[in-house]
Amino acid sequence: MDLPPTDFTPYLSLLGGALIGLSAVLVMALFGRIAGISGITSGAVSGEPAERRWRVAFLLGLVVAPLLVWAMAGDAPSQTVPGSLTAMIAAGLLVGLGTGLGSGCTSGHGVCGLARLSPRSGAAVGTFMATAILTVFVLRHVL
Amino acid sequence: MATSLRPLAGFVAGLLFGFGLVISGMADPAKVLSFLDVAGTWDPSLAFVMAGASVTAFAGYRLVWRRERPILMARFDLPSARRIDASLLGGAALFGMGWGIGGFCPGPAWSALALGAPGTLAFVPAMLAGLWIARYARRI
Repeated sequence: MDLPPTDFTPYLSLLGGALIGLSAVLVMALFGRIAGISGITSGAVSGEPAERRWRVAFLLGLVVAPLLVWAMAGDAPSQTVPGSLTAMIAAGLLVGLGTGLGSGCTSGHGVCGLARLSPRSGAAVGTFMATAILTVFVLRHVL
Repeated sequence: MATSLRPLAGFVAGLLFGFGLVISGMADPAKVLSFLDVAGTWDPSLAFVMAGASVTAFAGYRLVWRRERPILMARFDLPSARRIDASLLGGAALFGMGWGIGGFCPGPAWSALALGAPGTLAFVPAMLAGLWIARYARRI
């Protein structure tokens, strides 16, 4: 997987992170729920209609956001997605299965869980960070 | 309870989250994989994303929890599970492997969808299938 190296962007990343945190606070203030994207995705297709609608709308906001950034900035947000479709299908299956079984992803366990000081989320974050770093190490430096 | 406001409020919160993903660089798998590549061309930016997001949420949650209930719902509904079990750790381990292969976790995958890269269009349906399999696996 030969993807280009990327530039270190501490200020933009901190700012973007703060916006993500603000969105999580907004979801808590409005809906009293965790802003975990894997959970919101699951909840958007199951459960009662009242619980479904705001989740579908949230996902729609996620989809539309880069288009608005594109319209405002004039350039498409820079993005390089791995090209192997087989690898991306395997990755998608693992991410869906893993976040489903593990009850959360980078947002639910990472952002929201750590903000709640949840030991369960701490354990999940430590585990997925470790296997993610190990996977990249094997794919880029061993194979 | 302002039921009709819920979809609009959800959309605005999703937009804000999506702006954060794009501005921070988290929506770019190349940047995520550079962050995870600690032995190669390491880009530590995503540590700043996590720090900015969790510190903001930590402070904001504590302000919000002073309220008796959320604005658009009858009550707060927070995860109640406490046990660190095989499902949590095994699931997190699988998720990390998928994240390391594709550079996408669920939020960035959604926010990359409209940019239409073939890899994204392969990833998102597979992720939905994986979530669906997990629902059935957890009932067994």
